[in-house]
Amino acid sequence: MAGLTYDQGPSLAAPLRLFLVAPLFLMLAAVAGILLGHDWLSGRWSPAALALTHLITLGYLGAVMQGALLQMLAVVLGSPVPWPGVLSWCGLLGLGAGTPLLAAGLLFGEPVCLVAALVALAVAWLPFLAGVAVALSRALSGGEMDWPLRLAGLALPVTVLTGLALAGGLAGLWSVPDLAGLVDLHAGWGLYGWILVLVVGVAYQVVPMLQITPAYPRRVTRALAWLLPAGLLAYTLEVLSGLPALHWLSLAAAGGGSLVFAAATLTLQQRRRRKLADVTLDFWRLGLAALALSTLLYAGLDALPDPARAAAELSLGLLFLLGFAASVVNGMLYKIVPFLAWFHLQSQTGARAGTIPNMREMIDEAAARRHFRLHVAAVCLLAPAPFLPAWLASFGLLALAFGGHGLWLNLRAARAAFLAYGGRL
Amino acid sequence: MNEITEYLTEDHEHCDHLFAEAENAVDAGDWALAVDRFAALRQDVRRHFAREEDILFPAFEARTGMVGGPTSVMRDEHEQMRNTLEAMAATVAGRDARTFLGLSETLLMLMRQHNMKEERILYPMADQAMPDAAVLVARMAEVTG
Repeated sequence: MAGLTYDQGPSLAAPLRLFLVAPLFLMLAAVAGILLGHDWLSGRWSPAALALTHLITLGYLGAVMQGALLQMLAVVLGSPVPWPGVLSWCGLLGLGAGTPLLAAGLLFGEPVCLVAALVALAVAWLPFLAGVAVALSRALSGGEMDWPLRLAGLALPVTVLTGLALAGGLAGLWSVPDLAGLVDLHAGWGLYGWILVLVVGVAYQVVPMLQITPAYPRRVTRALAWLLPAGLLAYTLEVLSGLPALHWLSLAAAGGGSLVFAAATLTLQQRRRRKLADVTLDFWRLGLAALALSTLLYAGLDALPDPARAAAELSLGLLFLLGFAASVVNGMLYKIVPFLAWFHLQSQTGARAGTIPNMREMIDEAAARRHFRLHVAAVCLLAPAPFLPAWLASFGLLALAFGGHGLWLNLRAARAAFLAYGGRL
Repeated sequence: MNEITEYLTEDHEHCDHLFAEAENAVDAGDWALAVDRFAALRQDVRRHFAREEDILFPAFEARTGMVGGPTSVMRDEHEQMRNTLEAMAATVAGRDARTFLGLSETLLMLMRQHNMKEERILYPMADQAMPDAAVLVARMAEVTG
């Protein structure tokens, strides 16, 4: 029985090394964006935009999500991911090498970089996928509350395998019959099936937990249990068949599901019992607002004439990845890292609470707040950037770089406090 | 049958609510209210631990033979929470809101991840394993201190 293992999760080092490398990619993406100037603003399929997108999705979001899942499945599903130390090293080395190689390969169209990236990213993801599959297969079923994690667990391998197939195709290792279709599948399953659905699954657990809110209402979890998979299925069939009716179905289900999720979460947070200011809460609210906005933008894309449509697609991507996904991930890091540092330090040293740094002494709230302000500035400047003069985007990218740097320093501060009080990594 | 799960989950929620009231009062600088709500929180969390450690866990261990397993992990986490509550008590006495809020943040995370494990794994296991769940619940309800 899975529940009997009752594991406490991996050592601190396994998730922490992934969390610490992640902000470096946020900074790299921002600096690369500044250097690339307006290249990436020319459209979402421009080599520069593809390179920057993957620095954020793989380097930042991917690394944090790997670390968080290594930690979280043990608590949430009662089923730890096996071999967390090995998987975390594979993730660190594979993402650390593979992400910049892929970005360079996409940017310069260089086959050698793409092949090397393919190998490194396979190292990063294939063992991880196997570990998550083992954990999910052993987990007890929690019904509607667990299915988003399971759906995300299905979407991740689809995203990774289509991504590897595309990288190999672009490198000339094999031929991809329908490149545009495969790109759409890769993006849809990655952004929607993996990122959004995973955030839904995590939100079910952590939103009530962190702010002491009521649980998600049954009618919401039941509606989402239909809407989100239906949206993904309709989207997939739409890409494969090209039937216009399916477009409206996927838009209604996926868009409706996103809006229901954002509205339900914001409402729950409004009803929280815990009233104090909290940077994680603010990151979540920003993220949910950006999710709602990006959904509305997605629904309106077809109504736009062509140059505006290309700009809107870029805005949509920026809103979803930086406004929604990165915000939620930032917020979660400010809970997970100080807590794990405290928890492992206490367990290792047996020190009494009060004699070791508490969570707010691991990461200073004011420093986290500064990062939040920079992140808000980055999102507000970058989301409309495709419609504005190119030089304006540089300010948003600078805010993103400084925000990423602030996050990195904050996470390092927790690590330093952990070590200073006798913790062992 | 899920009598144990329901009963102890409600007890968790009760403690969560007291926690929020105590923390909100400290954050608002209302120390009179904070002292009162924190005392209630400390007492009721201890009572909850006593219900588990004195009644549920021994019965569960005797029934399943699992002595070094989940219940021992839960006892360790109770000890971490007791420690944190005691450190918080000192900050209430010293009117030190900043340290209180750092410790309360830590306690909240400890409590909620602990509760999640109990509610999703241990309690359902206990409900399944114990033939006399209703009797156990009645005995736990008698614990007052």
